Amino acid sequence: MTKKLTINPITRLEGHGKIEIFLDDNGGVKDAYFQVVELRGFERFCLGRPAEEMPRIVPNICGVCPSPHNLASTKALDDLYSVEPTPTAKLIRQLHFNAFYVEDHFIHFFFLSAPDFVLGPDADPADRNIVGLIKKVGPDVGGKVIDIRKRCREIIKLIASKPAHPEGGLPGGVSRGITSEEREWIKETADDTVQFTQVALGLFKDLVLGNKKYLDMVMNEAYKLQTYYMGLVDENRKVNFYEGKIRVVDPKGKEYVTFDPRKYADHMGEWVEPWTYVRLTHLRKLGWNGLIEGEGTSLYRVGPLARLNVADGMATPLAQKEYEQMFDALGGKPSHHTLAFHWARLIETLQAAEDMQRIANDPMLTGKDIRNMNLKLKKVGIGCVEAARGTLIHHYETDGQGLITKVNLIVATQQNAAPICLSVKKAASEYIKNGEVKEGMLNRVEMAFRPYDPCLACATHALLGETPLEVIIRDSTGKTVRTLKRP
Amino acid sequence: MAGKSKVAICWLGGCGGCDEAVVDINEVILRVVEAFDIVLWPVAFDFKYDHIERMDDGAITLSVINGNVRNADQEEMAKLLRRKSQLVLAFGACACFGGTPGLANLRTKKDIFDWVYRDAPTVVNPEKNYPKTKVSSNGAVLTLPEFYEQVYPLNQIIDVDYYLPGCPPPPDLIVNAFMAVLEGKLPPKGSTLAPHKALCDTCERNKTKPSRIAIRDIKRIHEVEAQSNTCFLAQGILCMGPATRTGCGETCININIPCRGCFGPVEGVKDAGAKYISALASIIDAEEEKDVKRILDKVNDEVGYLYRFSVPASILRKRRVSEVEEQ
Repeated sequence: MTKKLTINPITRLEGHGKIEIFLDDNGGVKDAYFQVVELRGFERFCLGRPAEEMPRIVPNICGVCPSPHNLASTKALDDLYSVEPTPTAKLIRQLHFNAFYVEDHFIHFFFLSAPDFVLGPDADPADRNIVGLIKKVGPDVGGKVIDIRKRCREIIKLIASKPAHPEGGLPGGVSRGITSEEREWIKETADDTVQFTQVALGLFKDLVLGNKKYLDMVMNEAYKLQTYYMGLVDENRKVNFYEGKIRVVDPKGKEYVTFDPRKYADHMGEWVEPWTYVRLTHLRKLGWNGLIEGEGTSLYRVGPLARLNVADGMATPLAQKEYEQMFDALGGKPSHHTLAFHWARLIETLQAAEDMQRIANDPMLTGKDIRNMNLKLKKVGIGCVEAARGTLIHHYETDGQGLITKVNLIVATQQNAAPICLSVKKAASEYIKNGEVKEGMLNRVEMAFRPYDPCLACATHALLGETPLEVIIRDSTGKTVRTLKRP
Repeated sequence: MAGKSKVAICWLGGCGGCDEAVVDINEVILRVVEAFDIVLWPVAFDFKYDHIERMDDGAITLSVINGNVRNADQEEMAKLLRRKSQLVLAFGACACFGGTPGLANLRTKKDIFDWVYRDAPTVVNPEKNYPKTKVSSNGAVLTLPEFYEQVYPLNQIIDVDYYLPGCPPPPDLIVNAFMAVLEGKLPPKGSTLAPHKALCDTCERNKTKPSRIAIRDIKRIHEVEAQSNTCFLAQGILCMGPATRTGCGETCININIPCRGCFGPVEGVKDAGAKYISALASIIDAEEEKDVKRILDKVNDEVGYLYRFSVPASILRKRRVSEVEEQ
């Protein structure tokens, strides 16, 4: 008799999602499915729109992660119009992006990840949240997180109107420049962010490196998954969020391929399964080999740990030191330890903050030349950035008037959708044996998908809560035999 | 908890940005949380769907619902909350008018599925699979909610008491809405909890607007370097200001890009597009019909400009692409 466990709802990114876990005849975990239950059809309803309006429409794909969509779209317009942004415009875009990275990564870290480590995975869910975290680490840290989120979102607002729906972004530039007065508070924000990120990293390392139990948990087989990894690197093969080439390494860490993002369709395939609205991304040339890890897999992962795995290092000095320390502690590169996504996320925050400092101090930031008007429509444009959750591709084609005739999008979470299935299955397998569901299963399943940041990262979760989880165990007729729920 | 007003905050077919906007009221959010008994906020609390079902009808004072309705799950949730709530607030452009995803009403479900699961350049689908509402996989039965033929704004599914537009709504209006409920100072049912004026009436650039705008050419936003202090329309750049309700804080204007209408039509106007066309017609500076045509031909995506956030709530509501092309 097949038993079924349903966890619904669990995620927000590409819409709602649920997890279904099926047990075999012996009561062990047979399969786990991470289902995305929503579809909105951006690729079709954008047809006929003027291309230059796209950066204003696509942020609605995800209001938690809208800046990467706005910027990937803007870069697709640069390509479409064969134009390079002016140096000042590029700085302003990167400032926007770094401010986004900091606030998004921080919220995820403090509100989702840190409670697991600071309070422990078996802590009462009523305490295992931001409120419990603040009690333990003190209100100063909590206040600082909210303060930095607010100030980074002010930077986004300054450049791109509304943080939840950035606007602006034009081929060859940006719509608004930065004044010297504004530079001053941007600088202060950048400095404070660098400082506070180091505090946060110190906090994390004290906990994990200073406590064998936690390091064992990070290294535990239940949270390990051997896949390929993908991410953007710069010309020195350092982590880059905004531009570069896409590098893929195999499960052993060897380079599999490095390619120009414009060639994405040669390398990324989207497999269709009838049980989910999201297409399952894999390395196209290897073919779809199903939901397997290790030898023979064609699955790859994206996001913070993936980016650090594919790169030779970080692009900024303080982050580089942290990078070296992390891989030392994890036993080298690549790291397949899914919980290390959290650590990688903080190291990336430090790079974003340091880069924000660089930009804030660059004399060009306040330049007046914010548009390159030398536009030549070539009718195809592909833009790629690293969204906080992974590689993001926007591909547009137009007619001779620059009206959209074709749109193809590859978004971060779809690339992690198949690996999430496997991660959930492995974590659940440790806690469900002989049909018996051990206490703590919910927490463990939650911890298995949380590193991918399925967009519960928004601060709403943060202020008050817990990942909403409900597990229904059903027999094959659909009858509920047991319900596990957050108290 | 007794005595506190119960509030539910729920997300249907949206992007999550409206939930972010609630958090962006920053310090005030803590006061809101204290003042109300929040019985449902999936991103913030344990998801208490059963708990909501068990409540008496009307037990919830206010349900704040963002997102549109595109599938069976969303419809079910909207109806459940309506039954349990005294007041329903449609929150954000998607709930009020359908939002940008409402542009999908110009295409069929089949068109969307064929592209997404068959024709897109990265699709690998030799088995010709399409998502199904019920499917057996490796002996297990999995279900998905039915994807509807079209997008519906909230008031085409359930009765809505109040509207708060915007993509997303701005912090000050969110705070005002919560306070109005708390203090029982609500306007008549059906009201939009935002100013009645048009964006032009509050826009800083209005001061520099010539007494009579006369445009001989329409320019697209990438074609020109817009002046930062001059009315967009006076520069020949389409701006939805004349037909759009104000209240957004002019954040787009502040970064030097024109309005696209996320606040929906001004008070008393049902269809923002129709209103806008009349505004536009009055500023076209041309005598000959062929000149008028030449100028208006630059409005190359009428639906995308006039109804970017509001197709499902507009006079277009649901037109197949073929019907639009025939016109």
